[in-house]
Amino acid sequence: MPAATRLGMVPDLGRWSAALSTILLLGAAPAPETPPHHPAKSGIDYASDDVRRMQADDFANPGMLWVAQGGKRWQEPAGNSGKSCAACHGDAAKAMKGVAARYPGVDAATSELLNLEGRINRCRKDQQAAEPLAYESEDLLALTAYVAHQSRGQPLQVSVDAAARPYFARGREIYYRRQGQMNLACTHCHEQNVGRKLLADTISEGHGNAYPIYRLEWQSAGSLHRRLRACYFGVRAEMPAAGSAELLDLELYLAWRARGLPVETPGVRR
Amino acid sequence: MAEAIVSVPATARRGEIIELKALVRHPMETGFRYTQRGERVPRNIVTQFVCSYDGAEILRATLHPAITANPLLVFNAVATVSGEIEFRWTGDNGFSVSEIATIVVN
Repeated sequence: MPAATRLGMVPDLGRWSAALSTILLLGAAPAPETPPHHPAKSGIDYASDDVRRMQADDFANPGMLWVAQGGKRWQEPAGNSGKSCAACHGDAAKAMKGVAARYPGVDAATSELLNLEGRINRCRKDQQAAEPLAYESEDLLALTAYVAHQSRGQPLQVSVDAAARPYFARGREIYYRRQGQMNLACTHCHEQNVGRKLLADTISEGHGNAYPIYRLEWQSAGSLHRRLRACYFGVRAEMPAAGSAELLDLELYLAWRARGLPVETPGVRR
Repeated sequence: MAEAIVSVPATARRGEIIELKALVRHPMETGFRYTQRGERVPRNIVTQFVCSYDGAEILRATLHPAITANPLLVFNAVATVSGEIEFRWTGDNGFSVSEIATIVVN
């Protein structure tokens, strides 16, 4: 067995030549609308028992620290308006239930694609007259975790209607685009080698239903974009900035792939 | 930042063994690491944890480097009287956080 295959990084050549000849026969092969591994299986199902137990217990799950922090930020007035999130939205447990399951989504007013972080910053700008929070800052992570936590257990169901289609198509393209010095696309690990080992980790289907997560490697909470950047780094590709259009498009496509999976925020991963 | 989450049962029977959980947010920087420029990252850890039940100390822990970031402590106590259970963490750089939970014992 060649070393690369043993590492679980690259599918073997036989499969590739078969795929190649199929493409040659059919011309540009249209990719299947429904990806493999459907219905989707959450990343937590690929995690070890330790990690699963940690996520399941709200007092052992360090991500709850960020959720608790977000609960405080929710009540605090911000910006020149002097309004808090709660001043408009009231009780987050009611007002925010199910919201995270619908993000990222296209903002009706501006036709822009917004994820939860983007929506929170949009609200700060338009409603609170406050400065946007920096991506990956503790406050934005905390608020995002708090809002997403209100949807825990709700199935993901992003809209990929006409307004979202261009973003979705770009996200899909990124998913299947080879990149970096390793010349790998998302699909090579997260579709073609799911369940196999990458060093000490089991490769999951790469769903974003638990974000923001507490990642043991980071010893901190982090956003989906931070995790995606880590994947870009892993294949030695140029990393797009957190919050960039590229990662937003990819986030929408990933959310569609993960449709039906329950929101787990705050997830725990290795 | 909100620094801690504690778990204490709201009610208990007298004499019952209860489980207390205390999670604190802290980087627990060991002081053994160096930056890429060769400078030592200064130690920044929680050095002491104290739990008091109705004013009396029931658990004291001295923490050292090489304990996880955001440490979780889980321990047991016997429910004796209704009252406040206080959790206090202190550490380097003047770190001090406390949380109070109340328990009703009947």
